[in-house]
Amino acid sequence: MCSLPVPQEPLRRVVVTGGTHGNEMSGVYLARHWLRTPADLQRPSFSTVPVLANPAATALCRRYIGRDLNRTFTNTFLTSRATPDEPYEVTRARELNQLLGPKNSSQAFDFLLDLHNTTANMGTCFISNATDIFAMHLCHHLQLKNPELPTRVLVYRLPKEETYSLDSVTKHGMSLELGPQPQGVLRADLFSRMRSLVSSSLDFIELFNQGAAFPAFEMEVYRYLGCEDFPHTEDGDLAGMVHPQLQDRDFEPLQPGAPIFQMFSGEDMLYKGDSTMYPLFINEAAYYEKNIAFIRSEKLMISVPALPGLTPTPTPLT
Amino acid sequence: MTEKPIKKIAIFGGTHGNELTGVFLVQHWLQDGTEIQRTGLEVKPFITNPRAVKKCLRYIDCDLNRVFDFENLGKKMSEDLPYEVRRAQEINHLFGPKNSEDSYDVIFDLHNTTSNMGCTLILEDSKNDFLIQMFHYIKTSLAPLPCYVYLIEHPSLKYATTRSIAKYPVGIEVGPQPQGVLRADILDQMRKIIKHALDFIHHFNQGKEFPPCAIEAYKIMEKVDFPRNGNGEITAIIHPNLQDQDWKPLHPGDPVFVTLDGKTILFSGDCTVYPVFVNEAAYYEKKEAFAKTTKLTLNAESIHSSFH
Repeated sequence: MCSLPVPQEPLRRVVVTGGTHGNEMSGVYLARHWLRTPADLQRPSFSTVPVLANPAATALCRRYIGRDLNRTFTNTFLTSRATPDEPYEVTRARELNQLLGPKNSSQAFDFLLDLHNTTANMGTCFISNATDIFAMHLCHHLQLKNPELPTRVLVYRLPKEETYSLDSVTKHGMSLELGPQPQGVLRADLFSRMRSLVSSSLDFIELFNQGAAFPAFEMEVYRYLGCEDFPHTEDGDLAGMVHPQLQDRDFEPLQPGAPIFQMFSGEDMLYKGDSTMYPLFINEAAYYEKNIAFIRSEKLMISVPALPGLTPTPTPLT
Repeated sequence: MTEKPIKKIAIFGGTHGNELTGVFLVQHWLQDGTEIQRTGLEVKPFITNPRAVKKCLRYIDCDLNRVFDFENLGKKMSEDLPYEVRRAQEINHLFGPKNSEDSYDVIFDLHNTTSNMGCTLILEDSKNDFLIQMFHYIKTSLAPLPCYVYLIEHPSLKYATTRSIAKYPVGIEVGPQPQGVLRADILDQMRKIIKHALDFIHHFNQGKEFPPCAIEAYKIMEKVDFPRNGNGEITAIIHPNLQDQDWKPLHPGDPVFVTLDGKTILFSGDCTVYPVFVNEAAYYEKKEAFAKTTKLTLNAESIHSSFH
């Protein structure tokens, strides 16, 4: 799979989105704060637009109204004809695509940073498509800038035509995922950490715009493998819960034979895979309806090629 | 003091449809009620707000746990009434009527909170010896796991709960747990609370005398809202020093909020208080960032069942 080409010019148009899920409060409050006072977002060489991605869901403090906005940026939805009874998020995705895209075009914004929270014990997590070298360098930069904070990088590999999330609309993009935080709750510690990470991200873009080059590096990442569902009864009801020994152990190795679910009737259900894997998003509230108890991932080192510095363009004679 | 033996008990889950521990315990007990059976007792598990449970929402039209006052219970039944008011009338019919001889003896209402409140038992009446004795028994049985007693007796702040239709209403609140999440450790704690409560009632019915006792309790004083601007928007949030510190003393001058710009706001009360429901998700819309309580001791006389 080809990597996205690295930017050849300064990034001039950047967007930060909060409230893509209306009950993930760090991003909701940050977006609202920046819409009132955008000073935090100013940098000498570029402008950043704050956007409240799902205003209707945010107003009701729900994840979504009709369907998950962050699964609606597929080419199918984005190019579909508008219908009067389509879900709110389909209309909104098209609006955002017009505002920040169009996806896959040269008019799209340069970079999008999407802010999320999870009820899972994910700590500080950066989520990026591994094909986006610029985003991978930003993840690395954020890790180096926060040595005292455990941070993890979650990567997936999807060709552009299969991407569906908001951060795939712009030329480059990634998501920040902080947890644990209950839906509808704003914790001060995560709010200030999210704010600081956004600020560092914009600083990185500024450095790049000023001509900085970033060498190749190796980075430990967690690569998405698949999902594991809860056990269900024949009627489709939940038959058990995440096992107490798995609860809150995101990013810790899980061995074959280790308990993963505790049935309501008392027995343990064990992990039947044949090798160690790293579970993530363990017991995320929003994933119950998606039939996901946790995500399976593998831990590996990846090599990221250098991000060359911009070649200075000669100043035009006026 | 002698009391009549207890006969009819109900265990309510899903009064708030996204507080999952009660939902799943009650659904499990509806399938297999062995665990909650005790000789001579009728123990009925019941889902109070099934429509909210189905949608995993706190409520459909309004908070079910606030509409069991006589005005709402007495309204003429009509399709125009909010769903929860109609439901409250049905529940009052099945398990009440409130304030009558026919109402259930004990109702346990199972709740979760996003606040770090641990195991909490909620009492509505400071003079209720039977419940104080029950809470004392539960606390002793759970030790060393802490179990707190929250007294919501207050002229204006007490609210008309679903369980208030029973002669002995018991609120059980376990946290922290996010809405829409089912944690095994929290479920285990709630299960243990119910087990000890039913054991107590069983012992009581068998004629056991419980000597006078005293328990530490926290009585509600006042609710504190988030600082807001002229548009009603929140301008400051729970300070990291207060976050997760439910039941711990908050002294005048301690940090209590931090503005979105990072400035600390100090607690300006004139005495030490014990905050509860700190940063509960469902209370943002009720304009409550936390509740202030005072610590006191509740005493109960000895009790035994009049049957023996």
